[in-house]
Parts: sequence; structure tokens; C-alpha cells
Amino acid sequence: MADALAAIARVPGLGMITIRADLSRAGDALAEAAGLAIPDVTGITTDGSRSLGWMSPDELLLILPEAERAEAQDALTQALMGEHGLVIDVSDARAVFDVTGPHAADVIAKLAPVDAHALRQGQLRRTRVAQTAAAIWRIPGGFRVIGFRSTADYLGLILTNAALPGTQVAPR
Amino acid sequence: MLILTCPYCGVTAEETELQPGGEAHLKRVGPGGTDEELEAYLFDRKNAKGVHFERWRHAYGCGRWFLAARCTVTLQVFGTYKAQNTHPPSDIVDSIRAARPDWTPDWTTT
Amino acid sequence: MTHTPPFRLPSGGRRVDRAWQLPFRFDGRHLRGLTGDTLASALLANGQMLMGRSFKYHRPRGPVASGAEEPNALLGLGQGGRFEPNQRATTTRLVHGMVTRSQNCWPSLDADIGAVNSFLSPFFPAGFYYKTFIHPRPFWKHVFEPIIRRSAGLGRAPTEADPDRYEQAYGFADTVVVGGGIAGLTAARDAAQAGGQVLVLEQDSLWGGRTPVDHAEGQAAIDALLDDLRARSNVTLRRNTMATGLYDHGYLIAREALADHDPNQGIPRQRLWRIRAGHVVAATGALERPLAFACNDVPGVMLASAVRDFITEYGVAPGQRIVVVTNNDDAYRTALAARAAGLDVPAIIDARPVADGDLPRAARDAGITVLTGTGVAKVKGHRHVEGVALCDQSGEGRVTDQIDCDVVAMSGGWSPVVHLYSHCGGKLAWDAGEAMFRPDPDRPPLGADGKGNVTATGAAAGDLRCAGDLERAEGATQPVWVMPARAPYKLRSKMWLDYQNDVKVTDVELAAREGYASVEHTKRYTTLGMATDQGKLSNINGLAVLSEALNQPIPATGTTTFRPPYTPLTLATIAAEAKGEAFQPLRKTPMHAWHEAHGASFEPVGQWRRPYAYPQGAEDRHAAVNREILAVRKGVGTLDASTLGKIVVKGPDAGRFLDMLYTNMMSNLAVGKCRYGLMCNENGFLMDDGVVARLSDDTWLCHTTTGGADRIHGHMEDWLQCEWWDWKVYTANLTEQYAQIAVAGPQARTLLERLGGSIDLSQAALPFMQWVEGDIAGIPARVFRISFSGELSYEIAVPANRGLELWERLHEIGQDLGITPYGTEAMHVMRAEKGFIMIGDETDGTVIPQDLGLGWAISKKKADYIGKRAQRRLHMVDGKRWRLVGLESIDGQVLPDGAYAVAEGMNPNGQRNVQGRVTSSYHSPTLGRPIAMGLVRHGPERMGQVLDFPMPSGQVMQARIVDPVFYDKEGSRLNG
Repeated sequence: MADALAAIARVPGLGMITIRADLSRAGDALAEAAGLAIPDVTGITTDGSRSLGWMSPDELLLILPEAERAEAQDALTQALMGEHGLVIDVSDARAVFDVTGPHAADVIAKLAPVDAHALRQGQLRRTRVAQTAAAIWRIPGGFRVIGFRSTADYLGLILTNAALPGTQVAPR
Repeated sequence: MLILTCPYCGVTAEETELQPGGEAHLKRVGPGGTDEELEAYLFDRKNAKGVHFERWRHAYGCGRWFLAARCTVTLQVFGTYKAQNTHPPSDIVDSIRAARPDWTPDWTTT
Repeated sequence: MTHTPPFRLPSGGRRVDRAWQLPFRFDGRHLRGLTGDTLASALLANGQMLMGRSFKYHRPRGPVASGAEEPNALLGLGQGGRFEPNQRATTTRLVHGMVTRSQNCWPSLDADIGAVNSFLSPFFPAGFYYKTFIHPRPFWKHVFEPIIRRSAGLGRAPTEADPDRYEQAYGFADTVVVGGGIAGLTAARDAAQAGGQVLVLEQDSLWGGRTPVDHAEGQAAIDALLDDLRARSNVTLRRNTMATGLYDHGYLIAREALADHDPNQGIPRQRLWRIRAGHVVAATGALERPLAFACNDVPGVMLASAVRDFITEYGVAPGQRIVVVTNNDDAYRTALAARAAGLDVPAIIDARPVADGDLPRAARDAGITVLTGTGVAKVKGHRHVEGVALCDQSGEGRVTDQIDCDVVAMSGGWSPVVHLYSHCGGKLAWDAGEAMFRPDPDRPPLGADGKGNVTATGAAAGDLRCAGDLERAEGATQPVWVMPARAPYKLRSKMWLDYQNDVKVTDVELAAREGYASVEHTKRYTTLGMATDQGKLSNINGLAVLSEALNQPIPATGTTTFRPPYTPLTLATIAAEAKGEAFQPLRKTPMHAWHEAHGASFEPVGQWRRPYAYPQGAEDRHAAVNREILAVRKGVGTLDASTLGKIVVKGPDAGRFLDMLYTNMMSNLAVGKCRYGLMCNENGFLMDDGVVARLSDDTWLCHTTTGGADRIHGHMEDWLQCEWWDWKVYTANLTEQYAQIAVAGPQARTLLERLGGSIDLSQAALPFMQWVEGDIAGIPARVFRISFSGELSYEIAVPANRGLELWERLHEIGQDLGITPYGTEAMHVMRAEKGFIMIGDETDGTVIPQDLGLGWAISKKKADYIGKRAQRRLHMVDGKRWRLVGLESIDGQVLPDGAYAVAEGMNPNGQRNVQGRVTSSYHSPTLGRPIAMGLVRHGPERMGQVLDFPMPSGQVMQARIVDPVFYDKEGSRLNG
């Protein structure tokens, strides 16, 4: 039996914080509190451990080890002191999968209406994966896919099915 | 299946990533409005054959509502622009006129 | 003339590998073909020319074509769940062990009883069904329709589930070239040179289209192009992929065959490509047209190109004596190919007065007789071609000569495959020279930028000699729509236009006589082009006959609309991954696995699966619901309320915003308190409800219904982004961040206090409609004192990852209190016992809060809220509306949900007038009797009156109007 196109692995233990603010006013303070540069529009910055994704013109998502979440949340709240903003823990609301392997892009290409092969490092694409919302970006060796907690089983199933051995999309 | 470019995040999204929201540039009628004004606000739609302004939400993306100028006959997209416009901005108007010389705006800007 | 072996030629056949034989079955017979055969070529190689029966007359039919346009050779493939009807034998690749069977015949293909229709054909002209079965009226539904339905349809749908996998993939390319023939590959090279990503799709397993078949040097030319393209990094070449449709903004659908009819590879059978193309090049080639001569449907009458294909591509002789009938030079290639294969070609019948191009000359040089100005008066034979009677093409069909033969290879010229160009609005132009519609380059389909986004090239563009230097000069095609030109009715009534649907020249003429001047109407009246082949062969010939009958030029008649798909798609590729467990996303709460392990019977609420009840042992659902309700009313129960929407609204303008969103005042809610709120749309109709808690000075938490979470969050964002964009408010949908557990019943406080933690749950510290934050059982939690059951009740929200832990802990320590998990149905019944409304039961999008006695939740102080103006409309305030009441059934039976209460008199449709309906109805185990709620005209003013509810059975149920609060009117149980 050939190998699957990519390994599909659920990633536990991640903390996630939604930040909403006027990024043009509060960006510097937030960057300092997050420990990462503010990403460009539809971008994601990372230091390997933490990542900061652009979700919307006034929304960022900080992803970090769960153990660092509470402290970071306090720091971000402090950074927005006096500003109109919202810092909130969404760690439990999400399901995270890593899709890694030589044909990881094929797995994404089967489920999301995006040009997966052309997705650049540092680019965060919010889209749908089959029938559920997701955000996708490149990680070493493949992609990270974030969806909703309640549909984690669905997301895991369709990713696994799309990675079925022998189904790479390159013409044979 | 349409593709539209979200003016907030710049992503060119396909129709399945978007949520349609009907005619754009409706002016809300509140408690002071007459029955006729309320009826127009709730129900009267231009249903244009040709140049049309409409609301879309980048629902599976950045979540922003935006507006699109589109031809309902040829499906040509003249442009998309932010929802915080009470009328189509001038670059959109120019783009429509370039393609539809006979078309004239049916609003007056103050 | 008999159809005699050998059928497999001793040599030749570019596609077949003679070293590998493949056994297969046809109608139970064990046959053998070769690797590379199609089902059609393998059947022909076995001498099986008869492959099907036509739809209407059950005429015996053999293959006409060799490709996707085949109308006759439709077979049932496979067995069990893999059975597929209506598969074209000409495009189905033979697979080892394939099981096939013929269709539309009984008891067998050879002896089909339905063929009696053929003898009755004079009685079944176009429009027969419309004319015949219209009177007497009631007969249609009870007599005619059932009979017609039983005989309708080709093939039979399988009844078992398809065990195969299917998938989809999204593709992107600057240029997509559809068709890998010489024109397509040339266009691909040009596009690749110009830059950008180029994708080439070819329906076949081999590249080159007709060029390698028709030209000695063709394969070399194709190979050179392929070498060039394969060396380019910006080109993707994809075979076995049929582009079936082009849609708005360059959205191209294509089906890639991965393991068609060969389930043993363990991979998906087909893949549906959803391609976004910057530009599409339609290099889809052309299809040969049949000629309309009498009995042109007898098995053995084939397109000249198909005869050539079977000989040169598969090494199969469709017959031993082949007569070619043509109006163009191209068909001469078939005569030459047949002769080269050692087959007999007694004559080429050319309708044109003169044929002196290179190809006719080559035919004459090869010693083949060419008869110009000649036509076929009639094909002889019934189940197989036995010969042709010849006539003067310009005459009325007087027979001048007869030739014995077993195959007639016909060519009426070629029609560009314009489908892709036309699918999305591209227009066609009539080319009188070649007698064909071709894409009009000045009126292409348009892309998002308003510019043409499809170009046709090669034969698809009408350039039938596109093989360039390879193609020798050919003489002009002469349009021949009926053969002979002045054929009388008797001959015309045997000339088939649409083989599959049995539409003949005389049917189209009849339609014209009866006034069907529009081609679209004629199509539907005669069913011309409405079969599974969608008129690929019949379209142009039919138009020409109609035009002639209407005495107008063909462009004035126009064409019918070309609609996707070009060839049928399996439903399974459209569904792809969305089957079985992945049919749709099932949303599961953090406690889902516990519910499953404890026997929950689930119900769908949107995409959520919520426990409806937890039947124990032999208990049915109804008994479980009753037990759960009594457990809550007497002790304590837990409900998984995690699905409730939870939206945080924060900012200096959040209070003002919520005052606009809800009908009641939210800005003056004190921190620490909760308030039940109603949300209406601008029409004034109730759209959602829920409890709002004020978390801090600038932050509120809005609970929504389970189904409302995403919708209400979207609704909030809509108003914030598009109407009040200068208001400083942020929202966040935290529905999935928290698990929420309702703990309800007189023992609720006792139970929760056992958990320990920092929260004082006493009545004094946490009274009704307040909330508090702290930890409970070591878990950070928010506790809301709210109640949807009427009992002492707490809703506890904890981070979703800790939800199961809390739930299990509650059940561990509550055993002696009789703790019982309860489902949504118990919740529904308990709320109805209390007279609480449910969005979706008491509301249906036409109900305003005032109808439901919820006027108390509508602020009189606020100048404005969404829906306020609409609620002042005359019909909202005129007092005639149906309003909420309780209904008590007189005979003790549970009223059916949705039953209507009738009033005096009839409406203009002759139906009883109505004055109300049941919105919720249950058996109340608490009260031991049925309870119901309903909306009734002037309801609250009619307490004690009795309403009639007629049932479909004729029985009339009666119910008395009562107060909707059936249980604990004083609300004393709220505090335990």
C-alpha cells in the first residue's frame, strides 16, 4: 500500500487569543505584547513558537503554547488600556490540524477553493474546507488548518479521506 | 459561479465563500418614516437589468460586508468597494461609464 | 449479405495490445476483447453489432459513432451498487471481467416485445402523448401516467449504494485548453510561450484527437508538440478528463476518470475538477453529422469517421463490405482506410455532382468506384444492413441500382463542438460554406472583467482543415439535409434525425405544420435532441429540416441552447466527499461522547446533534422524555446547553447598540444581572431570543438560540459594519469556547454546593436573573441563575475543554439525588408547561412579539429599535392578529402540532376559513394530561371558548382556549 498524501494530525495544547482593535493605533503596543510583528493584510508572522495571524482589518489571532496564554492575554489587555478593543480567549473554540507530507498541498486543493500550491509562506487564507470554515497557512512540511471545535471530527475525516494513498492530483 | 475581490483583505473569493446581501445603498427608515417610506425601504427593489449595486459578505474570509457594482446581464464586475460608502465612489462610477457609456447614476451626491 | 467473421483484423489498431486479452460478459455471454478496446470495439470484434433498442419504437440499434456523441450503444455496466445505466459503449474502456447488459428490451435484445411499437409507429407521431392522453381529464393521473411512467426511461437506476469513492479538486490556470488534438496542443504551446500557467484537458486517454488517425505524419506532429509542452514547467497535461461545462467567470467543470469501472485500484473512481480559468481555449474539435436517408438507423449504418476509427484505432472490421455515402471529401479517408485494411469497398456514393479533389482522386486511383450525384434511396435489412438502394440525389428516390454491403459509412459533413463556447453566453454564426454553426469570435462569452474569456480554435472554431500542412486540399462540403433531395413522405418517414428518441424528418415537419416555429418549442414537442446524447448528432440536421419546412434560412431558425454538461456526470462526483459520515459537518458538543455512551437518541438542530432523550433499557423515547421531566421536576437534571449561541459585545457604544438590536432596554442592565431579550428584524418579526448578561461596564454577553448563533452574529456585524460603522463596538462569537450545562430541579443548589468552589450559590448571593464568576469544582466558571424549565436552575459555562469533566463530576456526586440527564424534548415540554415560547415553534417569521404576549419585553421608552417602525403598521396594530393562548383538548388527546382551528364560512378557494393553529403540543407528564399552545384570532379575549380542529381523517378535535401558563403560575418553584 502506498503512503498517504500527507499525515493528518490534530494539534493539542495550543492557546489562542482573539484581538480586536484599531491596528493602526494600537499595532505597536500589541506587537510588543504579543512578541511578534503585526502581520500584513492576510499575513501571519511567527517565531516558531508563537504565531500572529491577520484575520480581519481589526482582528488578529495570537496562537501560542497554552501555558503562555493567560500571561499573554494580560499583556495584550494592558497594551489596549485606554483603547477601544477586545482581547478574548478562544483556545477551546478551535480544532487545529497539521497536514504534512510531500503532497500536503493536494489535500488542501481537494477541499478548499484556493490555489493551495500557490499559497505562500507567511500567507493566511481564511476560506472554507468542504462545508466548514477554516484558516490555512504553510508550516514546515505542509499546512496548518484551523477549524471549529464542534466540527473537528468532520474536519479530521475529510482531511484523512483527501489524503488517501494513490490520489495525488499530479497527472499520471 | 462568480468571483469577487474583497476590498478589505484583497482576497479574490468565489461565490461559495461569500454571502449575498441584496441591493446596496438602502437608506434605513426609522420610527419617523411614513408608511410609504417604510414600504420602499423594506420592499421596493430596483431589480436592475444591467448595472446593479449589491451587498456581499466575505463570510468565509475576513467577515467584512462590502459592495459590488456588477452587470446583471453580462455579469461583468465593474468593481468592489467598502460598505462605508453611501454612494458608489467615483472610481467605480468611472469604471461603469467606461464599459456602459449610456449609463448615468440615479443618485445625487451632496 | 450477411455479417460474417473475421471481425478482428489481422493487424493494425493503434490502441489495442493484442498480447493482452480481456474476458467480459455481455447479456450473460462470455466474450473476449483486447487491452485498449472500448466496449463498442470489443463487441464489434465479437460480431455483436446489435447493442441496444431505441427509446420509443424499440428499433434494433448498433453503434453509430465511436465517441462521446454515441446515441445508440448505451449499456448497463457493472453489478449491484456499481451498476450504471446508459453508459456509452464507445467511450467505456474495456476492463477485465466487465459485466455489461443491454437496455430497453424485454425479454432480450434479440427478441424484444416492445418492438411492436415500431410497427405502430404511424400512430405515434410527434406530440402523440400530448394529443392522446389529454381526455378524459381524470384518466391522466390514474391511467395514462402510471402506464407511461412504467415504460419511460432508458435503463434502470441501481438500488444499492455506490461503494466507490469520488473526490473533487480545485484547479487554477491562466489558460485552460480543452482538447488535446493538434489545434489544442498548438494553442497550448502558444499560450505557454506567452507565459502563465497552462492546463490542457483531453477527454481521451491518448493525445492527438483525429490527427494521428487521419494523417500519416499526424502522430509525429503530435509527439513533437507534446515533447515541447512536457519540457515546459508552466504546462500541465491532463488526460482522461472531460470538460463538461463552462460557467460564470471562467468556472470550468471537468471530470477526470481515475479508476472508471475498475474498482480494484483502491483509489477514487472519478475526480471532479472545479477549475478557475483566466482564459479558456476551446479546441474541442468537430463531430461528424449523419445523413438523413431512409432506414439510416439499421445496425451497420455508421458515421464514416467511426468506421475509420474502428479499423485504424482498434483493428476491428465493422463489416466486410463497406459502402461510403458522403457529401464531402473527408469520408473518402474511410474508404481508403477500409481498403488498406483489406476490406471490400464496392462504391463511394457522393451526393455532390463533382468530386475531383485529392482524396477522391486517391480513391479512384485505388480502384474504388465513385458514384457522384448519387444518393441512398433506402438501406436494406432490418436487424443488420444487407445493402443499399441507390438513386439520383436530386430526384425523388427512384431506385437506379442496388449494392450488397454490411456497413454503410455515412458523412453529412462536420459540426464544430461549440458547447463550451455557448454554455456561458458565447454566440454562434452560421457558416454557409461549410453548412455549420461556428463560434462568432466577435461575440464571445464574457469574464468578470467584461472581456471575452473563451477563444475557439481549430475544428471547434470551424477551421475543419486545421491540421495545417498535414491536411491536403479538400473539396467543399455540399449541404445535404435529406437524401434524395425530393424524397417523398414514405421515405422521409423512415429517415431518423434523433436515433435515441426516434425523431424522424416527418416528425419535425409535422411540428412545423402544427405551428411550432420556434426551434426551442419544436425540440420539446418532438423530443429532438432531448435524449442522453443531447442532440450531438441530430441538432443541425433537425434545424435544417425545420428551416426547410418553415421555408426560411437556417440562421433565421437558430439553434437550441447548449447547456452543460456536455456528457453526463455521475451524481457521486458532484457529491464527492459529502457522503456517509461526511455528508455534512455534524457539530458535536464537548459532552457528545458521554451522551453517545449513555444511550442518547440524538436530534438534529441545524448541524448540531443534541440528545433528544436518553432512553434506558427497553424504554422508548416517549417514556424516556416523561421520566426525564419528572426527574427534573422532583429532583435534579442536567441539560447540555453548549449549543446556545454566546456572543460577546464590547465597547463604549455597546449598550446603545444592544438597545437598537433588542426590543427591550439592555443599556440599563446592571453589571451582574441578566435580562431576557427579544430580537426582531426590520419587518418587526421576532427572529431570536435569549438571555443577555452584563459582564462589565462596557461588555455584554448575548445568548442566542442554538440555530441562531451564527446568524445573529452576522446580523450584529451587518448593522455594525454597514449602518453604524462609527459606533465603537466589537463582537466575538464565543459559542464554541464554552461548554454550558443547565442544572435544573429543586435539588440543583444542593447538588452544585457539593462541588465546592468559590461561588456562593445561595438565594441571597445569587438570586434569579443574576450571574457570578468564580470556580466550581476547580474549574473557572460563570454561573447564570436563569431557568427555561421553571425550576430552580443554574446554567454553568466553563471552557469547552473542561465541559466533560464538569458534567461527569455532577453525575458522580448527584447519584443519591437521582441526577438525570435530560434532552431537548424534556426541555421543550417543560418550557411549554410554563408557557414559554420557542423560536421556530411559536414563531415562523410572521409573528411579532406582541402576538405572543411579550409586550412587557418591548421598551416603551426607546425612540428606536430594529423593527419598531414596522410594528406600527396598520395590520400589526389593528387587533385582528392571531395571538398566543393555551389550548386544552376536550377529549384528553394530544392535538397534532400545526393543526388548524376552523372558522365559519369558506374562502374563495372553497376551503374552510381558519382562525388559529397549534404551535406546540405535548403530553405533560407533570400534569398528566395534554397541553398545547397556539395562535388564535383575538385569542386572549376568548378564554374558555372551544375551537374545532378538523383532522385529515374527518374526525374533529376540540380544544378550549386557556391561559398558556399551565404549571406553577406563581413562579414559586424558581427559587427551589
